[in-house]
Amino acid sequence: MIDATRKILLLFAHPAQTRSEVNLPLFKAAKDMPNITPIDLYAEYPQHRINIDREQQRLRDHQVIIFQFPLYWYSTPSILKEWQDLVLEYGFAYGAEGDALKGKHFLCALTAGGAEKAYRADGYNHFTIRELLRPLEQTANLTGMQFLPPFALFGSRSAAEESRIPQHIEDWQLLLEALTHNRIIYEDVKGLNTINDGLTSLKEIKR
Amino acid sequence: MTVYFIQAFIYLCAAIVAVPLSKRLGLGSVLGYLIAGVIIGPVTGLVGQETVTIQHFAEFGVVMMLFLVGLELDPKSLWEMRNKLFGLGGLQVALTASVVMAVAWWSNQTWTIALAIGLILSLSSTAIVLQTFSEKGLVKTEGGKNAFSVLLFQDIAVIPMLAFIPMLAIPELVEQMQSLAGNGDHHNEPSLVSNLSPWVHGGVVIGSIAGLIIAGQFLSRPLFRYIADSGLREIFTAAALMLVVGIAALMSLVGLSPALGTFLAGVVLANSEFRHELESNIEPFKGLLLGLFFITVGAGINFDVLTGNFLIVIGLTLGLMLVKALVLLILAFMFGIKASDRWLFALSLSQAGEFGFVLLSYTYQHGVLPKDIMDLLALVVALSMFLTPILFIAFDRLILPRYAASKDEKQASDDIPDQGQVIIAGIGRFGQIINRLLVANNIKTIVLDHQAKQVESMRRINIKSYFGDVCRPDLLHTAGIEEAAMLVVAIDDRVRSVELVEYTKKNFPQVAVLARAFDRGHNYELRHAGADVIISETYHSALELGKEALRHLGVHPFKAQQLKHAFAETEDTASDKLYHSWLHEEEKHAFTQHYRDLFIKLETLLLNAMRKDTASKHTKAEREWTPPPKDYLKDFE
Repeated sequence: MIDATRKILLLFAHPAQTRSEVNLPLFKAAKDMPNITPIDLYAEYPQHRINIDREQQRLRDHQVIIFQFPLYWYSTPSILKEWQDLVLEYGFAYGAEGDALKGKHFLCALTAGGAEKAYRADGYNHFTIRELLRPLEQTANLTGMQFLPPFALFGSRSAAEESRIPQHIEDWQLLLEALTHNRIIYEDVKGLNTINDGLTSLKEIKR
Repeated sequence: MTVYFIQAFIYLCAAIVAVPLSKRLGLGSVLGYLIAGVIIGPVTGLVGQETVTIQHFAEFGVVMMLFLVGLELDPKSLWEMRNKLFGLGGLQVALTASVVMAVAWWSNQTWTIALAIGLILSLSSTAIVLQTFSEKGLVKTEGGKNAFSVLLFQDIAVIPMLAFIPMLAIPELVEQMQSLAGNGDHHNEPSLVSNLSPWVHGGVVIGSIAGLIIAGQFLSRPLFRYIADSGLREIFTAAALMLVVGIAALMSLVGLSPALGTFLAGVVLANSEFRHELESNIEPFKGLLLGLFFITVGAGINFDVLTGNFLIVIGLTLGLMLVKALVLLILAFMFGIKASDRWLFALSLSQAGEFGFVLLSYTYQHGVLPKDIMDLLALVVALSMFLTPILFIAFDRLILPRYAASKDEKQASDDIPDQGQVIIAGIGRFGQIINRLLVANNIKTIVLDHQAKQVESMRRINIKSYFGDVCRPDLLHTAGIEEAAMLVVAIDDRVRSVELVEYTKKNFPQVAVLARAFDRGHNYELRHAGADVIISETYHSALELGKEALRHLGVHPFKAQQLKHAFAETEDTASDKLYHSWLHEEEKHAFTQHYRDLFIKLETLLLNAMRKDTASKHTKAEREWTPPPKDYLKDFE
């Protein structure tokens, strides 16, 4: 196990934060941790005018890139799509000379309204969350990043009522800490549906 | 004349030396005034006889204070506190009076004397308590609000007491008083009602109050508007003083408390657009008179009586304060006042008050109390007032810290930020839009404008605004700049808007200042003065119209929008450089070649940003959504 501290870029996209029950607490919990650069995209670009140079420099300065968002129509909120369209330029992120992202880790931390059993072949969403995130997985592939299975909270609309949030935040901080210290081994987790499943072993290490 | 000058000088000197010192030591201004009074009075004997006369005059400060308190309290909130007023206030007076009376009776006073003492000592000091509350920012606390209800009830209760006390007269004392009166010591206050039957008397009283309310509601506005339009400041001050003095005179004529009358007038005017202007005019007078009043309390302490009965006086004072505090604690418990507020409520009202002095001399004149008891009690009242600031210090140092920890926890759990209020200066076309947006989102605004006509037309369409020149520090103060979160400067006057920003940022750096600029030069002046956000009034609308022009010339609407943004972003970056150049040249009072060069450079930059550059590197407006090169597929081979 290599223990070199890595820097995490947390790109948070939530357009209605006053209604947020899970994402905002998660973002706040991450803010207080070391080696994390938390970016509230809707706060920084309320007009969707993304500063390409600034965002590309941020990507260069970090080794782990996280998209944090509530799942909207099986995809990211619009600003994150805008961010991809603008920042991941030819010659920077892909193409013959576009290797700025090579070797970085990429993770989606998302919340989904449906229950986990809905995200199955026999559930009403028909596909697993991992399958639905294929466009992002392929974006990571094309840009040379290692796509980690998503960190997901299902049934998010009732998570507060069922008191599932504190545990989720604890897992989230554990994951972030492991990512900074490079304790997540890509080869070990790459086949998982969600990275939540891989946290049990981390917890055991901690004990 | 010379004597008056010397006396005035001594009083002012004492205040100037003692008050800042006391405040610096954390003792509050009230204690400073009291100590100043003791030093110039009983200790050095610089002033003497005249203190009693001055005290009567200075009590007018209390009247003014209640007017100001009334201005802060509109009729609706007064109605909302009716239960506390009569329940809490009524019980406080009744219980305290009974306990004090029982103690006095038990120590072998006749029941009439005992009852009179009970009534006199049940009152607290509005002057000290409210002054200290506002100094320490306790007015809005639960304890502060409840204490205020009690004080207000006491001011009302004085009226029936004045009517009732003469019935307790002791015949021998009355004879004694009458023989004294024969020596010319007695003077009659002019009164409209002294010779009327009770029914007519009641009618006159009710009529005056009704007249006061109706005149306040309907006559005051045309009058103030007339004066405001004249633009003469000192006449507005004169009018404000006339109002307060006039009401006090009317109330005295019909036998009501002037303090209560001006309080009512204040409540009636609380919704008026002239409220803040009135406040800022009356406040300096109130401050000086109250200070004078506190000095006279200190100066009036009779050292001969004190040294003669030292232990008795101290014992009585402490006993009285203990009894009052206990009664208040019990009431606080009954009315559900909690934690530190309960202690604040009990400690703040445990003294006897300035109305005590008034009632003491009144009871003495009517032959209810003998002179030795009056002298003794006057000392007890003064000493208890003296001890009050010390109790406030005890509250700050001993009681608050105990509750502070639990309060912090509570605040952390609910995450709603306290936004504070926004002061909007200028309610012309620009300020109106800002105000509407904020008010629509439930943000509390205070709108000020120096044109009475503008304020009036705003009020007609239900936009609450106040008349006043916001560039005057005292008006800014009464509008609450100390507690405000933000000041929006949208006034029409170029020079004064810069001055306002500068003054506010210098004195209240915690207040965010957002300003409207007329043009680039004004923008830089405002920035130099310290404004946090500056928007040029024509900039965004001109850009918007420019975008529309592009659109009508056939540019795709989305593209036109992007071009507009690119323009604004280039302008923003360049503007910073231009500002520093402007700053440099402003100091030299000359527009040099450098600024002009920079401005021309900005134009070139803009041109470059806009021009579609087909060369390898994308331009700013053209960079977004640029597809990869035509031949890029060979990268993947």
